[in-house]
Amino acid sequence: MDEDTPGRADLSRRKFLLSGSAGAAIPLTMGAPDQAAAQGRLPRAGTAPAGGSMPLVLQVNGTEHRLNLDPRTTLLDALREHVGLAGSKKGCDHGQCGACTVLAGGERVLSCLTLAVQAQGRPVVTIEGLAQGDALHPMQQAFIDNDAFQCGYCTPGQIMSAVACVQEGRASNDAEIREYMSGNLCRCAAYPNIVAAVREAAPRMRRT
Amino acid sequence: MRAASDAAAETPVRAPVQYLAGGTTLVDLMKLDVMRPAQLVDITRLQAPGLHSIEAGRDGLRIGALATMRQVADHPAVRRDYPVLSDAMWLAASPQIRNMARTGGNVLQRTRCAYFRDISWPCNKREPGSGCSALEGQNRWHAVLGTSESCIASYPGDWATALVALDATVHTLAPRGARSLPFARLHRLPGQTPHIETVLAPGELITGFSVPAAPFMRRSLYLKVRDRESYEFALASAAVALDLDGETVRQVRIGLGGPVAVPWRAREAEAALAGRPLTEANALAAARAAFAGARPREHNAFRIPLGEQTLVRALMQAKTMEVAS
Repeated sequence: MDEDTPGRADLSRRKFLLSGSAGAAIPLTMGAPDQAAAQGRLPRAGTAPAGGSMPLVLQVNGTEHRLNLDPRTTLLDALREHVGLAGSKKGCDHGQCGACTVLAGGERVLSCLTLAVQAQGRPVVTIEGLAQGDALHPMQQAFIDNDAFQCGYCTPGQIMSAVACVQEGRASNDAEIREYMSGNLCRCAAYPNIVAAVREAAPRMRRT
Repeated sequence: MRAASDAAAETPVRAPVQYLAGGTTLVDLMKLDVMRPAQLVDITRLQAPGLHSIEAGRDGLRIGALATMRQVADHPAVRRDYPVLSDAMWLAASPQIRNMARTGGNVLQRTRCAYFRDISWPCNKREPGSGCSALEGQNRWHAVLGTSESCIASYPGDWATALVALDATVHTLAPRGARSLPFARLHRLPGQTPHIETVLAPGELITGFSVPAAPFMRRSLYLKVRDRESYEFALASAAVALDLDGETVRQVRIGLGGPVAVPWRAREAEAALAGRPLTEANALAAARAAFAGARPREHNAFRIPLGEQTLVRALMQAKTMEVAS
C-alpha cells in the first residue's frame, strides 16, 4: 500500500481485518481422486501443482507487484493478503454480492471469482487507487455528500461499480443506474442514497 | 461421510482437466468443493480466428466462444436483428459477471440446485448413485420439464433458452478434430445419468455458435420473470421469435427457461400456433401444450401456470413489437 495515502492511520484496523479474513478464507481443494493419484497420473488431493507457487506480476493502482502465489489464489485474496490492500471486501466470496468489485483492464469484475494469474497484463484499480493524493474521486465525494453508506462494508465495491457505471455510459437516469448497480448488494438499504450519489457524480466525472 | 477412497472407487473421474474462461461458475464451485479439477487450463488468451469476435452477415450470426456476455448483449447488430439473443444476455447475471463470463462457458453453467452446491447432501449429479435430496426437499427452484426420478435440477441459464429456440449450431474442437452440432443436442436430459450434462467428449472445447438468419429474428424477445427486479435467476422465462402474416402466425420459435432440466424447445407450442391467428386464447392453448408433460413437486407446482402465463405474455408482446422490414 502507498504509505502516503490518507488511510494510513487506519493500518491497525486493516491488519485486524486481514487476519480475520485469512481465517475465514475457503481453501480451493484441487482434489483428484486418491486412486488416480496413487497410480501417479494426477496430483494428490489437496496438493498444489508442482512447485506449489508460481511467480506473477500484478499491476495495481499504477504500481507493479511481483508475487509468488499458489496458482489457486484469487485476485481478491492476492490484493488483500499479499499486496496489502484491504479496501476490496470479501463479502460472500462466491460472486453474489459485489463487495469485491475492482476494475481490471478498465472493466469492472468480481475479484473473488478471478484468479490472480488471470489478472496479469490487465491493470487493476481498487478503491485505494481512486483518490489523487488528498483529493477524493468525485464518486467518493458524492458518496460522502449523499450519505450513501451505512455499515459501509459494501461501499468500496459500490463505489468501484458506480465509477464503472458512469464510464460505461449507464448513468443517464435513475432506472438505468439501479439496473447497472444491481450487481452490488447492500442490506442496510442505502440504495436510494447510492443512486443519488451516482446521479450527482456522473456529470463531475465527465468533466474530469 | 464416506472415505475419499470409497468415493474415488465409485465416482468417475470428473474431468481432471478443466478449461477456465470467465470462471464465474467454475471458480465458485471449486471453492465449494463441488468441482475438483486437478488442472485448469486458462483459455482466455487463446488466439484463433473467430474465437473472440461477433460477426453478423447476410447468412446469420457467428459468435465466438470467448466473446463476453456483455459483448453479445451490447452488440449493435445483435440488438437490431436478433433482439432475443441480446435481451437474454442483458437480463442475465450482473454487469460485473457479464464482463467476465464468456459465451462458451455460459451455456455450460451448472445448476444452482442447493443440494448440488452443498456437498453435505446426497446428489446424483455430483455423486452418481448417492440419491436426490431435492425430490422430497426444498424444490421451489427445481424443474418440472425434462426431469427424471434421479434428478430434478433446473438449468439456470438464459441465453441457451434463446439459442435452442433459434436452431443455433454449436461448433467445437475435440482432440479428434472440429465438429458442429445442433445446439439442441448439446445438453443431455438427466435420465439415470444426471452427472453427464452434455454430449461433449473429454477435452472437447466449444469454439463458437452460429445462428441462421431467418424472417422471425427481428420480431423476437426474451421475457424473464423472477423474484426480484434484477440480478436473479428466472422463475420462468420465454424466448420467442415470430414471423407474422397480419394476425396469422407464419412461423414461430419458442424456448422456455426456468423450471426446465435443459434448455427447452417448446415444439408442441410452436405446432399449436403455426397457421393460426395469434390471439390470447390461442397463445394460452399453445402454452398449455408446452407444459402438458410437466411433473410438479411439492413446492414448484406454481411454476407451471407461471411458465404458461410468461409464454402468453411473451407472445403477445412480440406481436406488438414494431419491426422494420
